[in-house]
Amino acid sequence: MKTHLWNPYLVGALIGVLSILTFTLADKPIGISTGIAQASGACALPVLGADGVAANTYWAKKAVPAWDYGSLFVLGSFFGALVSAVVSGSFKLESVPSLWRERFGPSVGKRFLAAFIGGVVIIFGARLADGCTSGHGISGSLQLAVSSWTFFIAMFISGIVTAFILFRSTSKS
Amino acid sequence: MHTLLAFITGSNLLWAGLLFGFIFGVLLHRGGVTDFNVIVKQFLFRDFTVLKVMFTAIVVGGVGLFILHGQELSNWHIKPAHMLAVILGALLFGIGMVIYGYCPGTGIAAIATGKLDALVGFLGMLVGAAGYALCYDWIAANILPVADLGKKRLPELTTLPEWVWYAGLVVMAAVVFALVARFERTPSKSS
Repeated sequence: MKTHLWNPYLVGALIGVLSILTFTLADKPIGISTGIAQASGACALPVLGADGVAANTYWAKKAVPAWDYGSLFVLGSFFGALVSAVVSGSFKLESVPSLWRERFGPSVGKRFLAAFIGGVVIIFGARLADGCTSGHGISGSLQLAVSSWTFFIAMFISGIVTAFILFRSTSKS
Repeated sequence: MHTLLAFITGSNLLWAGLLFGFIFGVLLHRGGVTDFNVIVKQFLFRDFTVLKVMFTAIVVGGVGLFILHGQELSNWHIKPAHMLAVILGALLFGIGMVIYGYCPGTGIAAIATGKLDALVGFLGMLVGAAGYALCYDWIAANILPVADLGKKRLPELTTLPEWVWYAGLVVMAAVVFALVARFERTPSKSS
């Protein structure tokens, strides 16, 4: 069932090599969450209008809604995972992950509501910290950035506390 | 500081973004980190896939770039250490990651593997990012300047040579991986 999986150490090493390539060939670190902020600006266009989005400091300077290296990297990661899932036969529609189901039941509405709120919180945190598990966790940590190691440690502590509060009662298997 | 290096420029850079992103997406899926259970169980210390993938990437990429930077073949891209913002952001991030069950990158990759909850959470991320953009002026004035250390690297905090830090990183990874291997061999207490 899990035959699509490669050794996690090998995958990690390959992500490390990919980092080296993006830094040296394109002069860009791997990062995802800025691209999502760019996409949010694109989605705000019909609501706020082009002038409204351009008047926002963040969308005008930090996450410009346009197809550039960073936003195309995000789009590429979607297609990479899609091809990998289809080719390996592991593409499967699923709404409620098994661990969630064990703890909170099979309700799709409940899971979707939580996923939505979780999405709001995680990206707000990523933007406030100026990076996510990719930009800080991998790209920043491998450069020994003070900001990134601070992020890595604080994020893990917060995640551990949250996970133990919400999921400790689930079975250990 | 030295001159900006970039072998790929112009429109080729856009194709490079798409290609590098594609490879990243394949690796996230093959690494098993596009799975809610794998992510949440890392924080419960029941599955160490996330730590293995991330730490190996940090060591391989870090040592490689340390060498290439020494040869002036790569530039550092350090994010500023606005300590209050980084810590508050990281705390929110950890909470969000457990409730969403994915991080931003693995969430997008999970959508591509058919996880509909990841898709709903992505809509949440669009809303959250828009919310941040709308709050940005206030945050830039009131949060980002608090305890701002600038674009600092750990080696700048001490007088130790930089290679000592990278050697330390390798040793730390070896110790962590050995502990994880030992932990995984021990049967869980409840079973």
